[in-house]
Amino acid sequence: MLNLVVCVKAVPDPKEACHINIDPVTKTLLRCDVPLVVNPLDKHAMEAALQLKEQLDAHITVLSMGPPEAGNIVKECLALGADHGILLSDPAFGGADAFATAFTLAKAIEKIGAYDVIFCGMASSDGSTEWVGPELATFLDLPVVTMVKEIVECEERWWKVKASVENGYRLMQVQLPAVFTVTRELNKPRTLSFSGIIKARKKDVTQLGIEELGVTLESVGLKGSPTIVSKLNTQKENKRQAEIISGTRDEKAEILVQKLVDAGVL
Amino acid sequence: MGIDHRAVWVIAEQIDCHLQSVSLQLIGQARKLADQLETTVEAILLGDNIEQQVRRLIAAGADKVYLGNAPELEVYQPELYTEIVINLAREHQPEIILIGSTDVGRELAPLVAARLKTGLTAHCIDLVLDKDSILEQRIPAYGGLLSIVCPEKRPQMATVTKGVFPTPEPDDSRSGVTIMIDIPTDLPGRIHTLEIIREEPKGVPLETASTIVAGGAGAGDKEGWNEISELAETLNAALGSTRPAVDEGWTELETMIGQSGKMVRPEVYIGVGVSGEQQHMVGIGDARVMIAINNDAKSPIFEQVDYGIVDDCREFMPVLIQKIKEYQKISS
Repeated sequence: MLNLVVCVKAVPDPKEACHINIDPVTKTLLRCDVPLVVNPLDKHAMEAALQLKEQLDAHITVLSMGPPEAGNIVKECLALGADHGILLSDPAFGGADAFATAFTLAKAIEKIGAYDVIFCGMASSDGSTEWVGPELATFLDLPVVTMVKEIVECEERWWKVKASVENGYRLMQVQLPAVFTVTRELNKPRTLSFSGIIKARKKDVTQLGIEELGVTLESVGLKGSPTIVSKLNTQKENKRQAEIISGTRDEKAEILVQKLVDAGVL
Repeated sequence: MGIDHRAVWVIAEQIDCHLQSVSLQLIGQARKLADQLETTVEAILLGDNIEQQVRRLIAAGADKVYLGNAPELEVYQPELYTEIVINLAREHQPEIILIGSTDVGRELAPLVAARLKTGLTAHCIDLVLDKDSILEQRIPAYGGLLSIVCPEKRPQMATVTKGVFPTPEPDDSRSGVTIMIDIPTDLPGRIHTLEIIREEPKGVPLETASTIVAGGAGAGDKEGWNEISELAETLNAALGSTRPAVDEGWTELETMIGQSGKMVRPEVYIGVGVSGEQQHMVGIGDARVMIAINNDAKSPIFEQVDYGIVDDCREFMPVLIQKIKEYQKISS
């Protein structure tokens, strides 16, 4: 049996990300009511695991680190077809950078013990770093391929995958166990089904904290993070203020055409 | 020079023996930082038949180039490249390592950072030294500019996208040292790059386009996106995008503008259904004219452009395209 682990992150809904701001005084995130969703690229990681499970005998563990509310996105992945969910949630994990996050996830994966393939999305929509996949591979001493856009061969212990490079791809041959970070070109994520939601009710989400993982306070969260935010400049350097073009739709389009002519585009 | 001179390093990248422009840009910025730190700029260059490229790194500002020149280094091999950089870094203890945010650079950088147990900041848009000579790595976030530092661990590592820093004028009178490096042999052999295939990019390239139409989440769906794409085509403009549009699958990653995408310098920028998030906006150089179409009058985009139209882009696009075509017909 192939043991698959999918790492997912709960992120503020990227479609509403423009409503997130930083409080200039407290320097904390003002999330308002922006809901937490599965990081868009992690859905492709989840789909990759689900498709493998359809072809081969496989078991999927979905793993996330985040606040207790992130349990909902783990449940969502269970409803999609994952077999088991783990949420790493502990105040001590808070403030982790990519390094500390990757370390904590790696410790949890070591605890899972049996793993052949670990899938991650290639980047998170909120942090925009792409380091968690390759860094957790390093901590687990596993090979990694980032930006995978096609799985070419996956029948044996040596896989062949295509990974993105500028204007093309690189064909990689890699031995399992291995970590893959995936791009959206890899697949089209399925949507939740009613029967999936019903089945997920019987599945467990195991919550693990710092004690269960057996890691020190210094190695996780803000304390385990080599990088910190030193300054925040919220001053907007906007030199422009839009002149709003008004009128009927036709009039607005005509004025805009004139602006494009003036700008030399037409 | 021993291990205490703490140099500024750049991991240079070549594709088919061509030095990537971001590598030269990073040498230029490394030079500025090194001058302030009173240290040297050193580059690592790996490939096959690339001796000629060493000269260009030195002319751009490098004092020393660690050169790995062997057939097995022709293309990026994760184990081999990582091992070489790790070994050199452990031996020479650089203060800073800069890497281009290319597809290869963004895999190699975290592999190196994790092995060296140090921090790594993604896709910086500026790099300066603070009053304690610590590298302040600036990234856009949530309507502001964050400064990230790595106060204790060394080296301090950052990736930077092409076009953030200018390409330095080559100074052929500069001299520098080339150090040939040994190729490690004792590797696990668990991963191999079998081949790298590249194609000629199609359409107007974003980086050099004078007019860019960029679409965002406001497109709503693929159909809405196609309208934006048609506007770009009608104007003979390059088509750009924001991360949400890429995540929705409406367009390719190659079209993404911004901190983790491409840095562009158009004369005219037209944002359609774009909300004006910093991660996207920092990717646009100081365009002469900026225009936005968005259905939310309160959208932050309207504080960052010259002309704004408040309208649903799905309704407005067909009308605008029609008017443009009418104008093109009359004026031709």
